[in-house]
Amino acid sequence: MTLQLTLTILLNGLTLAALYFIVASGFSLIFGLMRTVNMAHGSLYMVGAYVGYAVFEPLYDQDVWYAWYVGLVAGMAVAAVLGVAMQKTVLGWMQGQELRQALVTIGISIIVADQLLANFGATSRQFFAPDAIFGASFVPGVGRYPTFRLFQIGVAIAVGIGLWLLLNRTKVGLMIRAGVDDRDILSACGVNVPVVNIVVFALGAALAGLGGVIGATAQPLAQGVDGRFLLISLVVVIVGGMGSITGTAIGAILVGLAEQVGQALFPTYSVILTFVIMVVVLALRPQGIMGRAR
Amino acid sequence: MIAWLQSRAGRWTAGGFAFLLVLPAILPELMPANQANFWLGNIFGRAIVFGIIAMSLTFLATYGGFVSLAQMSVAGVAGYVVAITVNGAAPSIVGGLTYVTAIPLGIVAAVLAALFVGVVSVRTRDIYLLMITLALAMGFFRFVETNIAWFNGYEGIRNVLGPTVFGLPFRDPHVIYYVSLLLAATLYGGVLYLVRSPFGLVLQGIRDNPRRIAALGYNVALHRVAAFGVAGFIAGCGGVMMTIYNIGISPGSVGLGATINVLIMSVIGGLGHPIGAFIGSLIFAFFDTFAATIYDRNRFNTLIGIVFLVIVLVSPDGVIGLAKRSYAYLKAKSAPQRWDKPT
Repeated sequence: MTLQLTLTILLNGLTLAALYFIVASGFSLIFGLMRTVNMAHGSLYMVGAYVGYAVFEPLYDQDVWYAWYVGLVAGMAVAAVLGVAMQKTVLGWMQGQELRQALVTIGISIIVADQLLANFGATSRQFFAPDAIFGASFVPGVGRYPTFRLFQIGVAIAVGIGLWLLLNRTKVGLMIRAGVDDRDILSACGVNVPVVNIVVFALGAALAGLGGVIGATAQPLAQGVDGRFLLISLVVVIVGGMGSITGTAIGAILVGLAEQVGQALFPTYSVILTFVIMVVVLALRPQGIMGRAR
Repeated sequence: MIAWLQSRAGRWTAGGFAFLLVLPAILPELMPANQANFWLGNIFGRAIVFGIIAMSLTFLATYGGFVSLAQMSVAGVAGYVVAITVNGAAPSIVGGLTYVTAIPLGIVAAVLAALFVGVVSVRTRDIYLLMITLALAMGFFRFVETNIAWFNGYEGIRNVLGPTVFGLPFRDPHVIYYVSLLLAATLYGGVLYLVRSPFGLVLQGIRDNPRRIAALGYNVALHRVAAFGVAGFIAGCGGVMMTIYNIGISPGSVGLGATINVLIMSVIGGLGHPIGAFIGSLIFAFFDTFAATIYDRNRFNTLIGIVFLVIVLVSPDGVIGLAKRSYAYLKAKSAPQRWDKPT
């Protein structure tokens, strides 16, 4: 294998990891504060992508430059609204019954996937990236490489820094971190925990929607991606550690690299590599690489 | 045994079993012959076959507190091993075995797979266990979907017709029906027996408080893994029947949808008693068949999703819990209701 090919595979792994991080960080954020395993996270991804596309398409046909950006905002907004609706209507009042919440979100994801199929059909769709991030750029050691995939890494880094700043430098972040440690005492301190929950759910769901639009620009959007990204989110947070942003980043990089390297070295067995990583981590550190022991 | 038959649960079970035994004789009296065969094979037969797989999950969840989503994959392991090794399957991947050897081999493979799932998840509980088993299940699905050499990839393996039983071909709806029914009844009885044995009592102790059980000197991890092995045996039996019932197996049989369907059956019926699995699978088969008449031809998933959601929201212990509460309510109108109890 030439050096150039190796570097290309590694860069592919990192760009994929960037997308996985964006999606999984939302999942991890919601789980970290509320202990809610949102099995509908993949559905939020898919809703964001499909609705974003429905907004993007007519604007793109009119050839306006901001079509993609409007689609992005619409996708994030719709995912956030759906997430808040879920938290407000059903998940909120069964707080603490984690298994029941997981079952409820499974039910929601079945209905959402079926309704998306009914409304958008089974044809695959793909966003066209705006001119500014379309085409190819030169990367030293690799050669010409799709600009959008580099942009993907940029978005992931921005999301990571943004989340870090939010959690460590703002008052809301202070409440969220306190809530992760002890929800009851936070509530006793006079903080309206249900409102914090809704803010976190909106943020986590919006990240799923962001991932949906970015992901549907990089690769085609079709039925079944909800299951795929739910699985990715699960594996990433299991490997990285529940509720830790750094852990999510480490998990995403491991899973993204494993997938690309596996596909390059042993194509039909590549899936196993991802799960070998998961099993090894579970055997050595059941709480995940950066997770805290409970 | 006699005492059990005189209890309310025993009477109901014996009555239900007797009804299912004579059902093939009753159905043709109620409807034309081809419809009777359809009801027998596609509704009751299918409900029993998938009920066996759902019962493996109900067993784990009810007596161990482990909601494992890997049961469909374990069933799929048994099905795939039979399909890979048996004569006459298309394409023939290994072949050379008769059903008499292929079926036990498949069940052994399922038990080994289940033990593996048990070992991997041995240090986790509740939703963590749910997540890990779901990840393992999806890993298995994506592996069989992409691997051509052993699993024939997306297409799967077809033409697994099943053995002849007492000179009758397996494809006769009556044969499939009776074999599944007797298998299900045996496994069901086995589960009820097992949970009263010392092993079953330790298992229920682990569900309620693993620390105390460990303090009593029992090896909690070993009992947990063994429980997964037992559930693997049940799921393996169901997986073999499913593969023969479907005349083959493909990744779709073990995909996310199929995995979730097993969970839906168990939850709708009720995690609380093994019979819930069969009640749930019957309700599922019924909705699956008549979704076209009830709501819309292609929107089965929305329908079953709503049913599932309503059950989880209203009665976390499923139809059984609903029936129990209605019974208690009718018997004593002042009976306290347990709405707060999580599944």
